[in-house]
Amino acid sequence: MEITVSHYAVLASVLFVAGAYGVLTRKNILVVLMCLELMLNSCNLLFVAFSRLHEGAAGHVFVLMAITVAAAEVAVGLAFVVSIYRQRRSLDVDLLKILRG
Amino acid sequence: MLALIVLAPLAGALFNGVLNATGLWKRLSGKDPAPAAVAAVACVSVLVSALVSTRLFLDLLAQNPAGSAPASAELFSWIVSGSLEVGFGFLFDSLSAVMALVVTWVGFLIHVYSVGYMRGDRCFARYFACLNLFVFFMLVLVLGDNFLMLFVGWEGVGLASYLLIGFWHRDSFRAYAGRKAFVVNRIGDLGFILGIFLVFATFGSLDYGEVFSSLADPAFASGVSASAATALALLLFVGAVGKSAQFPLHVWLPDAMAGPTAVSALIHAATMVTAGVYMMSRCAAIFSLSPAATDVVLATAAFTAFFAATVAVTQNDVKKVLAYSTVSQLGYMFMATAVGAYAFAVFHLVTHAFFKALLFLGAGSVIHAASGEQDIRRMGGLRGAMPVTAATFLAGTLAICGFPLFSGFFSKDEILSALYHGDRGFFWAAGVVTAALTAFYMTRLYVLVFEGKSRMDPAARSRAHESPPSMTVPLVVLALLSVFGGFLNVPWFMDGIFGSLRPGLLGEFLFSSVPPHGPQIAGELATGFGHWTLVGFSVLAAGAGMLAAAVAYRRGPGKSPVPAETSALRRGSFAGWYVDGIYEALFAAPFRWLSGFFSDFDRSVVDGAVDGAGGFVRKFSVRLGAFQTGFLRHYAAAMVGGVLAVAALVFLFRSAGL
Repeated sequence: MEITVSHYAVLASVLFVAGAYGVLTRKNILVVLMCLELMLNSCNLLFVAFSRLHEGAAGHVFVLMAITVAAAEVAVGLAFVVSIYRQRRSLDVDLLKILRG
Repeated sequence: MLALIVLAPLAGALFNGVLNATGLWKRLSGKDPAPAAVAAVACVSVLVSALVSTRLFLDLLAQNPAGSAPASAELFSWIVSGSLEVGFGFLFDSLSAVMALVVTWVGFLIHVYSVGYMRGDRCFARYFACLNLFVFFMLVLVLGDNFLMLFVGWEGVGLASYLLIGFWHRDSFRAYAGRKAFVVNRIGDLGFILGIFLVFATFGSLDYGEVFSSLADPAFASGVSASAATALALLLFVGAVGKSAQFPLHVWLPDAMAGPTAVSALIHAATMVTAGVYMMSRCAAIFSLSPAATDVVLATAAFTAFFAATVAVTQNDVKKVLAYSTVSQLGYMFMATAVGAYAFAVFHLVTHAFFKALLFLGAGSVIHAASGEQDIRRMGGLRGAMPVTAATFLAGTLAICGFPLFSGFFSKDEILSALYHGDRGFFWAAGVVTAALTAFYMTRLYVLVFEGKSRMDPAARSRAHESPPSMTVPLVVLALLSVFGGFLNVPWFMDGIFGSLRPGLLGEFLFSSVPPHGPQIAGELATGFGHWTLVGFSVLAAGAGMLAAAVAYRRGPGKSPVPAETSALRRGSFAGWYVDGIYEALFAAPFRWLSGFFSDFDRSVVDGAVDGAGGFVRKFSVRLGAFQTGFLRHYAAAMVGGVLAVAALVFLFRSAGL
């Protein structure tokens, strides 16, 4: 069986939905961050797949950009997580609701 | 020299007003201004005016004929706009001279009197600042050489009057009385300033010299249409009606008695209220163009004189009696102007200034002695305690009643005879009846205050005392003027009776600025009653009135007119024939209703719309705020939901081929 771009697209969608589900349902903030990475990388996968399909380099460039930015983002996010943990002694996202209107 | 007359009281007003009344002096020197210094500045500034006026008056008198070369001074050119040129200038002709002498000398006496009357008042300096300011504006009024200066003085005395009526402004009635005087005067002033506009439109100038010299030219005078002349005269008269408290704008004067009594004497009896008479005498040439207007003046004046006298008969407040009496006497003056007897009007103005200032100052002395009591039912028998006040008050009473040889006898009699000889028999009769009423209410006032048994409570009776010399000396001087003032202008037919005294002195002096009255020049011309018969009628009326009052009130005031069981006539008279009530119902109440309506409209509709918009946003934002739960997953769910919705829409549109 030849692996086509549709397979990649389905895989990316599954990964994306799994990530989104995790973001919405998990209580631990670290897990939420990991799920977020999952969603991000599902998109990267799509980019690379379509880049291959269209035989262009633009998709690769985007992916490299995204990975770079995601690395920085994860560094910032983890710094937040550490300081939140120092303040609250807990990583439960449901405790973080000071933005309530 | 001429400007000094006007500027001296202004300097006094500024000194007391800026330095002392504001507390600046206290801040600079650390001490309160000495009352003696305040009083000295005020009195001396008016005395300077009086002396300078007298000097200039003597200059006029020395000319041949007297007053033929009036003094004038133009300080600066005030308004120059197109063809309108108004100078800030003064004119001292014979009419201005008489007015200036009355204003400054009577004003000076009242300043001196005020020193005693206002002693110990905490706003002593403010009082004298306002009083000096009044004298300043009154002098601008009588000495200005054009209509605009007249108007400036006219408004200025109104301002000073307002300030002084409401002098004790912590009392809300007094403050209200001041406002009422101001508002009622506005009505008259509107007519007056329209009249001034019309003067400019008709004559192209506001300068007395130019206006009256063009009127003296028969070719120009005949070119002024009768309707224009009537409108001009009536508009000016409306101004006079307001300022001189003639019916129907007389309502402010009785309430103006809320001010200090010395103010009532100066402003609301002797000087300011006679400004209308001065203005009409000044504009004699304009009024002579319109017989229709003079008919209106005559009817208004005669009605006012009679009407006010009927009210004065039942008043119990000593100052109210005198206030209505002033309204009535002003009516006499306007009657004189209406038949062209301007010299007689000015003559009565002068004698009235003497005896009415005297009566008011006497009343002030009585009120002072009776510990603030103004109700004549609770006075009586004060002659023993205050002989000087009683004697001078009696002199004033006799003068206003027209007792023979007193000043009012000559001045009132000349007006009545001018009415008779002017073929105005009906108005003459009204004048004689009013004279009888005048004699009645003034005698009633004198008897109830000074004669009979005392009706004061014992504590107040033991405190009753003669006033200090600063108050009694002006009374004595004014009493002498009231007794002998009549010899200024003895009627022509009495020539020779008073030795070498020539008749018609004042009329002769005024000849250069006020047109002479026909019968006054022609001497005996009357058909019907002779001069002496007319005098007999007047004396009879005065005597009857005095006798009736003396008999009726020798035992005290009798029934009070207030309770309901007295006759409707008495109640009506006591209430001033309900004019105040009618104005209240006709003008004040609808206006208040309208104001209330607009106030409610503003509060409910305008404010409601604004407040409602704000309230809606506030409530809506609270509802909207509920969406922000603070839970991360809710926001994330909203984002996911939003993306799904957008994606679904895109699919839908794509599949629909849009």
